[in-house]
Amino acid sequence: MSIVFPGAALGAAAPAPVTPRGIPHRGGDVNPSAATLAARFPDAVLRHEVTWGDTTVWIAAPRARQLIQWLRDDAGERYDYLVDVTAVEHRDAMRPLEVVWHLRSLPFRRFLRLKAELDPAAALVAPSISAVYASADWLEREVFDMFGIRFEGHPDLRRILMWESYAEGHPLRKDFPLRGRFSRAEQLSQALAANPEARYSMEELSVADAFHELPEDMKRRLQQQARQVEGA
Amino acid sequence: MATTRRTVEVALATPSLGANGAPQRTALAVGPKGEILAPDLPRGEEPDLGGDHMLINIGPQHPATHGVLRLVLELDGETVVRCIPHIGYLHCGFEKIGEYRQYNQIIPWTDREDYLNSMGNNVAFALSAERLFGVEITPRCTVLRVIAMELSRIISHLVWLGTTAIDIGAFTPFLWTFQERESVYNLWEAWVGARLTTSATRVGGMAADIPDGWLDGLKAFLRSMPKTLDEADRMLTKNGIWVGRTIGLGAMNAAEALDSGLSGPLLRASGVAYDVRKDVPYLDYETYDFDVPVGTRGDVYDRYLVRMEEMRQSVRILEQAVARLPEGPVNVDDPRLILPPKSKATSEMESMIHHFKLVMEGPRPPVGEVYVPVESPKGEKGYYLVSDGTSKPVRWRIRPPAFVNLSAIPRMVEGHLLSDVIAINASIDIVMGEIDR
Repeated sequence: MSIVFPGAALGAAAPAPVTPRGIPHRGGDVNPSAATLAARFPDAVLRHEVTWGDTTVWIAAPRARQLIQWLRDDAGERYDYLVDVTAVEHRDAMRPLEVVWHLRSLPFRRFLRLKAELDPAAALVAPSISAVYASADWLEREVFDMFGIRFEGHPDLRRILMWESYAEGHPLRKDFPLRGRFSRAEQLSQALAANPEARYSMEELSVADAFHELPEDMKRRLQQQARQVEGA
Repeated sequence: MATTRRTVEVALATPSLGANGAPQRTALAVGPKGEILAPDLPRGEEPDLGGDHMLINIGPQHPATHGVLRLVLELDGETVVRCIPHIGYLHCGFEKIGEYRQYNQIIPWTDREDYLNSMGNNVAFALSAERLFGVEITPRCTVLRVIAMELSRIISHLVWLGTTAIDIGAFTPFLWTFQERESVYNLWEAWVGARLTTSATRVGGMAADIPDGWLDGLKAFLRSMPKTLDEADRMLTKNGIWVGRTIGLGAMNAAEALDSGLSGPLLRASGVAYDVRKDVPYLDYETYDFDVPVGTRGDVYDRYLVRMEEMRQSVRILEQAVARLPEGPVNVDDPRLILPPKSKATSEMESMIHHFKLVMEGPRPPVGEVYVPVESPKGEKGYYLVSDGTSKPVRWRIRPPAFVNLSAIPRMVEGHLLSDVIAINASIDIVMGEIDR
């Protein structure tokens, strides 16, 4: 089994990376991928910007999957490591929500931030890249859970940190109060009334013996392909 | 001959279903000497042992899940067919709370996510915030932070080693490693006054310089720790039980590991020599002489070897850091960020106003965003901070390495035996505080 060395595509003569110093607030070295991406997808790449040394490229949200797939597969880019998928909502309610992808190219030692803007008034939808990177699976579920952004094409988009019957909304949205939407009394009564069976997803309940022991109504809902176990 | 037949209700491991749909129980007979006689089954009603899959829960309250992780396993006999992890039992909304806190007020929250590496998180957050503020820390602070990060790495790996050894059935290394860890906590206590929740850094420096004689304590630790490590090494590395229970388990090759987003010792055990300290250096790591251990099989045994070697390399880095620690100030000379000395704040009007404004309003970074990765004991950790020019971040995102590593657990355990799930889960080195945040 061979060892994968980062920076392999740069050749042996490439200088070893050093701790950056004196990084400018705006401007500086642009990641060369920004230019190649704009040349390859002129209609999907909107603009780019360098902030504190990192290049951010704004792309059209519906094309995200295609662009990221290309960035991973192209021999001159090779972004083989998905660092993070997250989202940002600004305090200014007029500004759009941003989906943020952090990609790293180990062979070329590059780091690229992709951003797609979503109109908060419209349906929050972005394409899923879980078919490109398996690691996007949970990261996208977290963004869905926290921001309510739906990732189209995700195989199993359900809440991950909050429980499935959580009805207070998406906690990292700016209109979500720090203490939650429901009163403490309401939260407590809901917690006490929760059905332990609701802690299983329908997928799990369909396994083996557990299915036979289900109440009739749950079996019925399972046959109707319902994902939500307990009414919210 | 009359035998006393005591019947015992015993549920068979794989119960078959009776006519009423309930699991069938079979009465066992006990002979006169207390021996268990063969079950007295009616003809033609032998239990059906094959066929059905079983659903089993591990956790959320189970010591081998290292916290409140819940794994729902579908078993065919003892083989895992499918694994569905459930997380979120420890979710506290750190990222939400961070949006309501000034930058220095977020540092105590970083202690509490990956609590085995609290000092390392403090440093990681300070590095992100400093880039957002555009300040360069002093040389002494840089070296102190290297000491903090590498000591954190050692104690985090020591906890991993001890608890993993317990999971796999060796109790003694747990006591050795926890004794060594204790001496690091004594060092933390002497430095910042706290043991677990250190909150040691500030944006632009540290909460405190190290006290007199602190380096002697560190040197004593650097002498005793490798011996403990060697003892654990002798006990485990060539131990037949250890090797038999770890080798070949949860193996991921380099392509799978990159696809699954693994980082840290897991990624390196799979043969990818990616270490943030080497590839995206920070804190002048490129000037330290240390090696990055890399595995070839990517199984639990290789992850163990990689972590053992990483601790030795951390000792090397610490020795170099102790030798080069320069004199000088710890905090940057920047009144936008650093509080005036207490003696001045209580005696001079300007200093008092300055102190008041810094505490009540907090420092304000320019509009911008940063992501500064560091090599945490679990993998690539980074804080993504977005600022709109106010004293509180718009977004504080923790890139949690253990979260991404854990998301690959179905890929690692499926096809293995139930008992191996414990070893594989232990090898991921999860801290639920970081995963659930």
